[in-house]
Amino acid sequence: MSTLEIKDLHVSIETEQGTKDILKGVSLTINSGEIHAIMGPNGSGKSTLASTIAGHPRYEVTNGEILLDGEDVLEMGPDERAQAGLFLAMQYPVEVPGVSMTNFLRTAKTAIDGEAPKLRTWAKEVREAMEKLRIDADFANRNVNEGFSGGEKKRVEILQLELFKPKFAVLDETDSGLDIDALRVVSEGVNRAHDDNDMGTLLITHYTRILNYIKPDYVHVFVDGKVAEQGGPDLADELEANGYDRFLAAAAA
Amino acid sequence: MTETPEKVAGVEVGERRISIPGFTEEGENLAAATNAADRHSHGGLGESAKELMSGSGSRGNRHIGFDLTGFPEPTGREEEWRFTPLKKLAGVLSDLPTANAGTDREPVDYQVTEGLEGVVVSTLRDGEAPRGAVLQPADRAAVVAYKNVEQALHIKVTEGTEVAEPIRVDITGKQAGSRANSHVVLEAEPNSKAVFVIEHRGSADFNGNVEITVGEGATVDVISLQRWNNDAVHVGQHDAEVGKDATYKHVAVTLGGEVVRVNSNFRYAAEGAEAEMYGLYFADAGQHIEHRTFVDHNAPRNTSNVLYKGALQGKTARTVWIGDVLIRKEAEGTDSYEKNQNLVLTDGARADSVPNLEIETGLIEGAGHASSTGRFDDNHLFYLMSRGIPEDIARQLVVRGFLHEILQKIEVPAIQESLAEDLERELQIHGN
Ligand SMILES: Nc1ncnc2c1ncn2[C@@H]1O[C@H](COP(=O)(O)OP(=O)(O)O)[C@@H](O)[C@H]1O
Ligand SMILES: [Mg+2]
Repeated sequence: MSTLEIKDLHVSIETEQGTKDILKGVSLTINSGEIHAIMGPNGSGKSTLASTIAGHPRYEVTNGEILLDGEDVLEMGPDERAQAGLFLAMQYPVEVPGVSMTNFLRTAKTAIDGEAPKLRTWAKEVREAMEKLRIDADFANRNVNEGFSGGEKKRVEILQLELFKPKFAVLDETDSGLDIDALRVVSEGVNRAHDDNDMGTLLITHYTRILNYIKPDYVHVFVDGKVAEQGGPDLADELEANGYDRFLAAAAA
Repeated sequence: MTETPEKVAGVEVGERRISIPGFTEEGENLAAATNAADRHSHGGLGESAKELMSGSGSRGNRHIGFDLTGFPEPTGREEEWRFTPLKKLAGVLSDLPTANAGTDREPVDYQVTEGLEGVVVSTLRDGEAPRGAVLQPADRAAVVAYKNVEQALHIKVTEGTEVAEPIRVDITGKQAGSRANSHVVLEAEPNSKAVFVIEHRGSADFNGNVEITVGEGATVDVISLQRWNNDAVHVGQHDAEVGKDATYKHVAVTLGGEVVRVNSNFRYAAEGAEAEMYGLYFADAGQHIEHRTFVDHNAPRNTSNVLYKGALQGKTARTVWIGDVLIRKEAEGTDSYEKNQNLVLTDGARADSVPNLEIETGLIEGAGHASSTGRFDDNHLFYLMSRGIPEDIARQLVVRGFLHEILQKIEVPAIQESLAEDLERELQIHGN
């Protein structure tokens, strides 16, 4: 059983207009096997939280801490965080020209496990995982995310989630841009990783639609760089009915 | 150095993007309905901006011809010469014959693949068709080479012939500073299929034209490899005319040479063709590598794509890419894209990158261009590192991936491998 703790996290970025504070004191604790949904309006800082957990160098933590089983995550580089068991499914996965998926997946798996996967079983594992996510076999020969549609990129993020078997995954709007079939396929992948590896999940979303497929234990409403309210799955239903107005008004006041 | 979606890895990359020092990017797509003249600047490391309007500055009005008097000695102020170190080109711009012509002390040796079925190798004098049918000398270099070649090499692939192995022309310089003129005529008759490889090695002051006829329904790859020694000088013009429903791919790879300037151009004979030009260059200290491309959409319903990628390392390493695309009034239904990306690996190197897009009709499928010059793309690095890959390995993957994208276009495995080895050696120099 592992724990990911985020304590009073403040994050800012440098812009041409000066320093901009984005996260203003975020606290969250996620245990293995739990699914936490973070819902909030655009621009509230959800992706900033996700990128900060993954260690994107653009984001400066000015206060607070992130601990993985008591270890200081903020001291680690992005690669070390992944090796320690964190995974970020990005809202906008990056295309890396000239690097084949096959090479990329093997290199990443080797880095995360600290040893190269066995050739024969690895190839089979990749193939099967791709089949389950309905990813065409020839994607293995293509360059990382290059020319993939939005939906294909999201599936490939979940493919990595299944292959790398992280302790905790942050899914940043994995549902956006997916049609209903793709949403189902992707959700099944997340649920498999959750069931098979007892993965803890931070599911960032703008819409409640994905919560029909991935059932959260907790729902956090995120407004203006903070958690404005938390509750159980019912909170998502209330958001579905009433939107974020109540929270936005409170934040503005 | 990705084409910009609104965000990458959760980071704004559009107008709100955080700027990365020394890194700029511009991408643009003009939809079918727009008929705007191309007017914007392209900032960047050592990059110069040029704005083009139809009219006297138009690429369509550039002087072409076979008469030397039309091409006076350049001063360096001309649009087509302003980036080029002219002093070093004195040996190839003068109206001089090949040194020791007709003796065994000619500065350049030619080896041509022989004995292939359906492939005819011969020579052509000036005035003997198809010599001069496709090539349109567009600068002084091209016209002096044309004039000073008595017998042009002619390789013809006969109608319907599909040649499985590459047809090679190996051009090897034997004497640095010694002038050699060259003219090669490649002809692919209708529905034929061939890969031509022109490989330049050794040292010479080499001035070489290549003209390519791509017949109706033919599929032609021309791979031009500039693997000269460090004291070679090379100027050249490669012109192609792409026939109806034909497929043409030109790949220029320039690794060696002190000054190399290759101008690669194509136009169309009819409709329904797909034509591409790819380039890869790697400049070290003391090298000037210049590529100019010109896509002339002179007929309706054709597709074109241009992608040139370069890496630079070492003080005084210098590269230039000028990419002209002209979509003429009659070229309705055109689909066109061009892009240049430069990866600057060390301080002191300078890359100029100038895409010029002229559009004379609004009735097109698409036309776009992009240019970027800079250091590493932090987002590529972050993506790989966020998957556990350590920074040094991630860097290696990104740099090699950047360069290998062009190698992947060369469908001759032995050449791919040999170029990959050369790139490794280049990268070792500065420990990348
Ligand atoms: N790299 C960045 N550069 C400039 N502004 C940024 C950057 N990242 C985030 N922001 C700003 O921070 C705020 C939160 O953005 P983000 O974390 O993407 O929110 P969300 O994911 O909830 O839509 C927004 O106002 C956004 O414009
Ligand atoms: Mg977001």
